[in-house]
Amino acid sequence: MGEPSPHSAPAPAYRATAYFDVDGTLVGTNLLHPMLHLLTQQPTPLQSAKRIGKALLAAPALAAAELRDRRRFNELLFSHYQGMSEDRLVVLAQQTHERVIVPRIFKGARDLVAQCRRAGLRVVFVTGSLDITVGPLAKELGADAVIANRLEMRKGKATGKLLRPVVAGPGKARLIADDARAVGHDLGSCHAYSDSASDVPMLSVVGHPFCINPDWRLRDLARAYDWAVLDLNRTSPGESRQ
Amino acid sequence: MSASQSPHPCVVTIHGRSKPRVLFSGSKLVEVDLPVGSRVIYPKPPMKGLPDVDAAIRYAIDHPEGGEPLHARLRPGMKVTIALDDISLPLPPMQRPDIRERVLDIVLPMLKDYGVDDVHLIVATCFHRPMTAKEVERMVGERTFATYWPDRLYNHDAEKPGGLTEIGVTDAGEVVEISTRAATSDLLIYVNLNFVPMDGGHKSAAVGLCGYRSLRAHHTPGAIRASDSYMDPEASELNHRVVRMGRLLNQHLDVFTIETTVNNRMFGNELNFLSKNEDDWSPREELAAKALVRTLDALPQKARQAVFEKVPAPYGVTGVFAGETEAAHKKTLQACFEQYAVPIDGQADIVVTGVPYISPYNVNAFLNPLLVSVLIEGYLFNLYRGAPLVKKGGTVIAFHPCTDQFDRDQHLSYVEFVHKLLPKTRDAMELHKKYERDFASNPAYVQLYRTGNAYHPAHPFFMWYWGENGRQHIGRVIIVGADNEYIPSLLGYETASTFAEALQMARETAPPDPSLTCLHICPMLMADVNPLDEDDEASRGLRLLPGGA
Repeated sequence: MGEPSPHSAPAPAYRATAYFDVDGTLVGTNLLHPMLHLLTQQPTPLQSAKRIGKALLAAPALAAAELRDRRRFNELLFSHYQGMSEDRLVVLAQQTHERVIVPRIFKGARDLVAQCRRAGLRVVFVTGSLDITVGPLAKELGADAVIANRLEMRKGKATGKLLRPVVAGPGKARLIADDARAVGHDLGSCHAYSDSASDVPMLSVVGHPFCINPDWRLRDLARAYDWAVLDLNRTSPGESRQ
Repeated sequence: MSASQSPHPCVVTIHGRSKPRVLFSGSKLVEVDLPVGSRVIYPKPPMKGLPDVDAAIRYAIDHPEGGEPLHARLRPGMKVTIALDDISLPLPPMQRPDIRERVLDIVLPMLKDYGVDDVHLIVATCFHRPMTAKEVERMVGERTFATYWPDRLYNHDAEKPGGLTEIGVTDAGEVVEISTRAATSDLLIYVNLNFVPMDGGHKSAAVGLCGYRSLRAHHTPGAIRASDSYMDPEASELNHRVVRMGRLLNQHLDVFTIETTVNNRMFGNELNFLSKNEDDWSPREELAAKALVRTLDALPQKARQAVFEKVPAPYGVTGVFAGETEAAHKKTLQACFEQYAVPIDGQADIVVTGVPYISPYNVNAFLNPLLVSVLIEGYLFNLYRGAPLVKKGGTVIAFHPCTDQFDRDQHLSYVEFVHKLLPKTRDAMELHKKYERDFASNPAYVQLYRTGNAYHPAHPFFMWYWGENGRQHIGRVIIVGADNEYIPSLLGYETASTFAEALQMARETAPPDPSLTCLHICPMLMADVNPLDEDDEASRGLRLLPGGA
């Protein structure tokens, strides 16, 4: 599991970067979907039941953390991976991608990412999800790089902790600023896409912020700041264009 | 050029007992007291509509202008595409049945009778917003909609990967590229509604069905600057380029053009007085006008616009011309100019105009600031042949609130253009060269164009270019009635709180005793301007009487 920074170096032709949040933005999932799938896929039903039970007990704390601190929420969530082996996590992540994520990719997501590429934009996914689960999606949609959370591993097993920096909330803004600087892109020329008000910092630091299927708080802000709102569930064939 | 002997009946000179003129100021009406000696140009009365439109359609397609009749071009199993003008024409939308529905109701059964089953209908939106299902249904009629929508009746998508096919390149290097479905058809039938002389002809298919590579050949500041008037095809560089491209297209594709013209009956009986000389109003019309002015003043913007949009325009169809594109279009243009062109002797130092609530680009939406500029320096300025109505360096006084408001569904990319780019520069060349390409490829805006209800992100640039020849020609634009200072200044305009103040400002930079002409629009009209020399002007009294207004 590598750095939380781009998987690939930017091609010189790129004029700027398009940063995408993933869950709820390109895919109709949240951080819980992949985790639940992973927990149900333990070596024995008893182990699965144990992990799910533990997760249910922690649910109130998770809910409270989500309201207060997105970073703390991520840390609590991924603590449930403690003790899972790295190789098993990688296999299960691929399975999660195929069974949980692919069916939930929004109809217009591929077109939007492809349009970014045609427009000469480097595409980077910036997500609180784990790098192992978002990696296959990046490949599927044609992203150039991923900035994602990474599990700490010791002796081939997850400790349940996240490596620093944790990718969440306001931290995303700093991470994409670092990334843009590293590849020589002016943030004012960069684009960012998200569905959540928790990503307002990330949207605010780029020159071209856009909202996709936004929650009500982000929709209000989008209206106030004239940020475009996209609905990626709406595609052309059969609706208005062919 | 010599002066004509007497003014046209649609040209009225203001005298001491003249009533105020009632002009549009967005969706309001304002009373304007023009100085004595001012000249007011009114639209011509509506031409008589055809008594039997269906018979005229049948006659036109059976007796085409050049080439074989439509039925003689049909054979079983052939692939046919029918392209249609979109909702930008006419303005406002016409009463049902829309002329496009009437044409389709005759053409589609004919295709069926001749064993032609592979038929697609494409709304030729180019970079305009896609029409909604409801709008398309209203335009083509329930029967055609139910049969063809959405699989075989749809909006053109100029950004669909693989959706365009290159036909060739003109001698001038212009890339001709159109919808793959149309390009690979055995026959392309284009159903047009020609509202202004800029419409129709080769522009229909070569522009309506094309993509960005083709648009970049003519939708440029250079082409507009070089167009003396883009409403006069002979003097329009924009048109010359489109004709070159259309001719190439027609060499490679069998195109059967069906063009239609309408009169200028924009208002129903209730509002018809708006197109008449105020001095000729009956007492009842005068009362109605006063009531309307005050009612509109009291209503919120949406309700005001609804007053005008509630009743579709009772346009009469004045002509149907079919066959070879250029031959049919020649007849179309004759009908257009016959309806619109008012002969005018001499240009004016000052032109006064109302700016209405509607343009081709805001049907069912608000006329945003960029579209206001398109009207003032684009459409209204270009409504001439011969010479611009306003003299070079002259002043235009326009009435509009210039509200900083945009329709979020249709015009979101306009917001960024107006508020991010215009503060950097108003220079169309700089906007074109420095900003257009990146802006036009903005993935989110392209997505909104393809799957939403939005104009393509290149469109705000085109709209700015549309005013480029006016911008180069007009000395000053003074806005009366603006509800803010920022938007007019962003557009390069001055503001005045009253018409008298605007006139005083205009006089400061005009020659002594300036001539003033008022363009009394809507309905639509064009000025056939015969530019006079100074002596002619003096002899024809084209000067304001001192102390007017």
